[in-house]
Amino acid sequence: MWELRIAEAGRRCGPEHAEAARVLLLHTAGADAPALARVYRQGTADERRAVLEALPHLVDGPEALPIVEDALRTNDTRLVAAAVGPYAARHLDAHNWRHAVLKCLFTGVPVDSVADLPRRARADAELARMLDDYAAERRAADRPVPHDLYRVLDLTGHPATPTGTGAPDSVTDPTAPDGKES
Amino acid sequence: MRIFDPHIHMTSRTTDDYEAMYAAGVRAVVEPAFWLGQPRTSPASFLDYFDALLGWEPFRAAQYGIAHHCTIALNPKEANDPRCVPVLDELPRYLVKDHVVAVGEIGYDSMTPAEDTALATQLQLAADHGLPALVHTPHRDKLAGLRRTLDVVRESALPVEHVLIDHLNETTVKEAKDGGCWLGFSVYPDTKMDEERMVAVLEEYGPEKVLVNSAADWGKSDPLKTRKVADALLKAGFTEDDVDRVLWRNPVAFYGLSGRLDLDVAGTDATHEGNSILRGVPKTATPEA
Ligand SMILES: [Zn+2]
Repeated sequence: MWELRIAEAGRRCGPEHAEAARVLLLHTAGADAPALARVYRQGTADERRAVLEALPHLVDGPEALPIVEDALRTNDTRLVAAAVGPYAARHLDAHNWRHAVLKCLFTGVPVDSVADLPRRARADAELARMLDDYAAERRAADRPVPHDLYRVLDLTGHPATPTGTGAPDSVTDPTAPDGKES
Repeated sequence: MRIFDPHIHMTSRTTDDYEAMYAAGVRAVVEPAFWLGQPRTSPASFLDYFDALLGWEPFRAAQYGIAHHCTIALNPKEANDPRCVPVLDELPRYLVKDHVVAVGEIGYDSMTPAEDTALATQLQLAADHGLPALVHTPHRDKLAGLRRTLDVVRESALPVEHVLIDHLNETTVKEAKDGGCWLGFSVYPDTKMDEERMVAVLEEYGPEKVLVNSAADWGKSDPLKTRKVADALLKAGFTEDDVDRVLWRNPVAFYGLSGRLDLDVAGTDATHEGNSILRGVPKTATPEA
């Protein structure tokens, strides 16, 4: 029955408390990985967000990774932002984690949403290369490079390659990726 | 001017449409589940569609400052395909969800026994879930279809005041009104109502319980028809208050019967001022196509 309560939380508690109520329900029910996967699969975007929020507190091992990977495949920035939380920081493999960071930059999700970013980015030469290439592509197209990109690049410890300006473009709007990935 | 389009299939529309709708004053829409032009062959295909109506589409709408709700149902056309009918068993878990504000579109297409069953079953589901019902009237044999629809509604557990009969026209409006239902008119090029006829119907029957929609979808249709009707009404001498009643307050009252209408989402227009719907995501965030 608690799964029904998750679905109707907005109506019962008001939209502003729905997410907190859903997370609380998941905690109270002690939802395990299969239960979380079921709620996620049958959930709306709001219900899925609650699952992603609760995930790091309810599952220790990597068995719930498919949920995170699904959310990272979506184009819904609310889900992408929730997917790069502490659970992803703990369990997402290096390749998928780098793509998740890049996806945040593409879609305008602030990298502040990425849990444990400094630790995972540190000395990641491959991430630095990807960021550098992305910056070069933006500059070639005469598009602003998101400031967040340089922040992450700094964290890798690999300085930006001095192609083009090599420094953050003077963009008035700090978030102007067009997020066109496909 | 604030406009609520109570019946529009945004899944089939582009972001340009959303932009133009916002500019025309549209701040809220309801997207009824319907068929996609290409017949479905399994319940799973419905489930992905329902999930899109509750996930991706409201996200898209919010980016253009428009609150999006949906109605969920097995549509009458596909109720005739035995491969699709099992989706009826999945409906209860959707009908509890927050942004589902009615059961619909249900009703008749060819008036078959399979459609009788689907209509009666889903009216019962609406009553069980505290939801109103959006009932479409058939394109062919419309008046007979309306009469049969009203009979089934009267036999159901759902009060007629919780039923919106849609795609009405000059030949069906009187009986639907006498039946006590909410009255929906689709202003849709060539096959349904147009602006001038809509004005004439409102002059004759008044604005009470009348809703006007574009029913825009993948066919030749126009998502700005609601605004065009509003302009035509003002030009014909209706007051701003009449227009607001038909194009905003009536749909709010009807779908509000669900207790689930959350129009604040319109205030969280993601493209205009960064806000709660994107929860911390910057205001210019754009989805990938
Ligand atoms: Zn329709």
